[in-house]
Amino acid sequence: MIRREINRGSVFTRRALLVGGAQTLLLGGLAARLRQVQVQEGDHYATMAEDNRVSARMIAPQRGRILDRFGIVLAGSLINWRALLITEQTIDVRRSLDNFSAIVPLTDAERARIERDLHHGKSFIPVLVKEYLSRDAMTRIEVNGPDLPGITVDAGTSRTYNYPYDLAHILGYVAPPNESDMTGDPLMELPGVKVGRAGIEKFHDLALRGRPGVVHLEINAVGRVIRELDRADGVNGDDIGLSFDLELQQAIQKRLGDDAASAVVLDCRNGEIMAMVSNPSYDPSLFATGVSQAQWKEWTKDRRTPLINKATSGLYAPGSTFKMAVALAGLDARTISVHDRLSCPGHLDLGNSRFHCWNKSGHGPLDLHQALKYSCDVYFYQVALRTGIDRISAMAHRLGMGTELDIDIPGQRIGQVPTKDWRVSKGHPWQLGDTVVSGIGQGYIIVSPLQLATYAARVATGRAVQPHFTRRIAGAMQPGSQPDDWPDLGVPDPMLQAVRGGMFAVVNEPGGTAPKARLAGPLQLAGKTGSSQVRRVSRQQRESGTFDSKNLPWEFRPHALFVAYAPYDQPKYALSVVVEHGNAGGAAAAPLARDIMTDVLRRDPASRQDGEPAQVAEAKS
Amino acid sequence: MIERRLWRESSHDLTGKIFRINWLFVILLCGLATVGYIALYSAAGGSPEPYATRHIERFAFGLLLMVCIALVDIRFIARFSWVAYALGVALLVLVLKIGHVGKGAQRWLDLGGQQIQPSELMKLGLILALAAWFHRATWERMGNPLFLLPPLIAILIPVGLILKEPNLGTAMITVMLGGAMFFAAGVRWWKFALVVIPVPFAARFVYQHLHEYQRARIDTFMNPESDPLGAGYNIIQSKIALGSGGLWGKGYLQGTQGHLDFLPEKQTDFIFTMIGEEFGLVGAIAVMTLLVLIIWAALLVGLRCKHQYGRLVAFGIACNFFFYCFVNIAMVMGVIPVGGVPLPLISHGGSAMITMMVAFGILMSVQVHRDVEFPNTDRD
Repeated sequence: MIRREINRGSVFTRRALLVGGAQTLLLGGLAARLRQVQVQEGDHYATMAEDNRVSARMIAPQRGRILDRFGIVLAGSLINWRALLITEQTIDVRRSLDNFSAIVPLTDAERARIERDLHHGKSFIPVLVKEYLSRDAMTRIEVNGPDLPGITVDAGTSRTYNYPYDLAHILGYVAPPNESDMTGDPLMELPGVKVGRAGIEKFHDLALRGRPGVVHLEINAVGRVIRELDRADGVNGDDIGLSFDLELQQAIQKRLGDDAASAVVLDCRNGEIMAMVSNPSYDPSLFATGVSQAQWKEWTKDRRTPLINKATSGLYAPGSTFKMAVALAGLDARTISVHDRLSCPGHLDLGNSRFHCWNKSGHGPLDLHQALKYSCDVYFYQVALRTGIDRISAMAHRLGMGTELDIDIPGQRIGQVPTKDWRVSKGHPWQLGDTVVSGIGQGYIIVSPLQLATYAARVATGRAVQPHFTRRIAGAMQPGSQPDDWPDLGVPDPMLQAVRGGMFAVVNEPGGTAPKARLAGPLQLAGKTGSSQVRRVSRQQRESGTFDSKNLPWEFRPHALFVAYAPYDQPKYALSVVVEHGNAGGAAAAPLARDIMTDVLRRDPASRQDGEPAQVAEAKS
Repeated sequence: MIERRLWRESSHDLTGKIFRINWLFVILLCGLATVGYIALYSAAGGSPEPYATRHIERFAFGLLLMVCIALVDIRFIARFSWVAYALGVALLVLVLKIGHVGKGAQRWLDLGGQQIQPSELMKLGLILALAAWFHRATWERMGNPLFLLPPLIAILIPVGLILKEPNLGTAMITVMLGGAMFFAAGVRWWKFALVVIPVPFAARFVYQHLHEYQRARIDTFMNPESDPLGAGYNIIQSKIALGSGGLWGKGYLQGTQGHLDFLPEKQTDFIFTMIGEEFGLVGAIAVMTLLVLIIWAALLVGLRCKHQYGRLVAFGIACNFFFYCFVNIAMVMGVIPVGGVPLPLISHGGSAMITMMVAFGILMSVQVHRDVEFPNTDRD
């Protein structure tokens, strides 16, 4: 019995040791395999682990604000709750969208846009599903989260314009980037990002955009964010401080009323734009939510062209306002002198053509001062003939007309003050008659109200100032705010002084063409009227004696123009006013210019500290 | 000889028994449970709740249970070997009728709030029953195929029931356990060859009759990257977690994959992955060394035992422990298909822990009563 027990025991011992050894070997084999996984292939898996848990997301920087001279926020950003879809977090994109649509309806157009974005984007860059969610919609999305894999609600920012109607033409608007905007800026790929499309928004788009930040998030297996690992904050867009005065702008807009008119007010010493009004305007915020067919029709059918910024893009024959340029060209070319007296018999005959003065009975002999004061056409016909179109053109360009200005909103139209070569290049000879009508700012000459204001400013100061809005970027003053920043015009001061004297007389001396522009207070305004014909007045009409442009249909009536600066003895502000089809400049535009200038001088924005409230200035006046 | 035995027998008073418990083995178990506590603390994201505290409470209870069982005479236990077996089979039948299905693979019985997995109890019952059967065997009898038939049937009944649950992993372990017991009992080598050779053909047949999910499990095991978000996900994530741990690990509580829920079931089946991620290869091998020590300590109990019943019981319990460890670790490393097998005394889960501690209690009873004389050792 014991023998057998020993026998059994030794068999067991042998086999148990064998099994134990085998088990140890097997576990040792696992250890060897573990070593392979953890040490030899460790780096490979470590990379996979990092990918597993870290997700990089871009944070959109906040678009810079646009401020007026006194720090009033013109364009800012508002929180905009929106639903985003991250495709890599869902297996069935369509199903997520269908479920979403059942909770918050999506229009066909929105669906189409999402499909397009899905097609273009990378799987980890969220696609915008819907913007401007209501609190109610947000709640419903959150509650139904499990049915909406890949869909998250987040706070984006949307652009808000606090004075949309008043500033539509200046600020422009923002819109989603298109293919041509995709120039490598990673920001452009973020959902809901917008780029400037017009106005200041477009001109300063890069500064306003800022740089996107990157946040590395630790995410778990189902894509839920556990914590932030690190955050490289983006740089918010720079605030752009403009030179202009919102309240002045609004006052001018009110004064211009319903007329199709524009007004530009500059600080004539440095070219800063104090106000730029183009009436009527439009509400650009309608573009964000979608313009109705009816609204669009109304805008495009309106003869007063609300969508066009008349101040920079409206082109008008300058009419008599051009006479200072002609005079300066003549003086500069020494074809006339300040004291030369030229005779006006009421008309000028050139070959078979007769060119009339507005005063049919004629002004008799007059010098430059009187010619400007009475706005005698024949005097300037003669100056133009003596000086020649090319020298007039060169002077006009120097004064800012028919030439590109350094205005910091895109879309300016250059207009033209023609030269002989230009006409020849069109295949026509330059006629002397063309020179004659150029003497009174008619013919081929077209300029913008902004150019007229610049012209007035340059005549007033003798400096080649450029009109501009930008005063501060991110709080820092930009060059151009000091008179010395601008070069001398290169026109001798006595000549300018003679022209200024004429402009003074227009308003302030008896018999001047614009007594209505005279200011009530102690300060004096110098200016010049202009009427630019839209349609040629035939000899028959003129000689019938019954012709009055007031009887013409609205769109054929001449435009009324006025350029001015004030105070006369120490010029500070220059302005141009153009009333489309307003008839005579002296009657329609001069009173507007007077009221605007009165307001400008009373508020005196250029002399106030930035941020100083307007009440202080009002108390002074 | 007889005198010595009597002397030994007389020393089996309570304090003597307590001194005969292998306290080194108990210390090893405590070490393993501590590893479990540390790992579960991390699995809960650096908190003793909800896993670690419960774990250590259960272990304390299990330890008490173990010591109590260790003091019970092994002959008394042996008398109930077949009762334990019958109870296991009864529970398996019961679980098929009223059990809860969890995770599509395991069946649980809910006994007054405590969930138990009968297949675990079954393996213990099988060890005891087979030990009792082979305890009676002489070398000559072992050569008789008819003598081997009843234990074979005793293995196949629970295996069939477990397959029906269905739990492929546990069924395989049960077969292997039975086979190991046969081997240790002295069944001739060539008989094993007779059984093992047809296995590939049988495997093919079985594969075709497997459940869809079981087949998927084998398929994705063969090529886990083929279905990264489906069934292969667990294996890939587990390998990523292990691999990213490197030699020294990411540091305690610094494991990213586990904490971020990339790792599924990190507190149960994939606890070893967490250890490997946070403590690296060094930590993982330390734990594996601990496991090997426990296996050898258990085998040693069998080797020092003077009676066949005790030897076979100790051997069976050591093998059972080994299978748990091997299958679990091989599974998380992607060496064998995922099987829902916990890592004993480390994984969270009451049923496995208590069953294991009961088994160790019986093991300690063998240790304590290694010299006892079985009255019916030889009854031909």
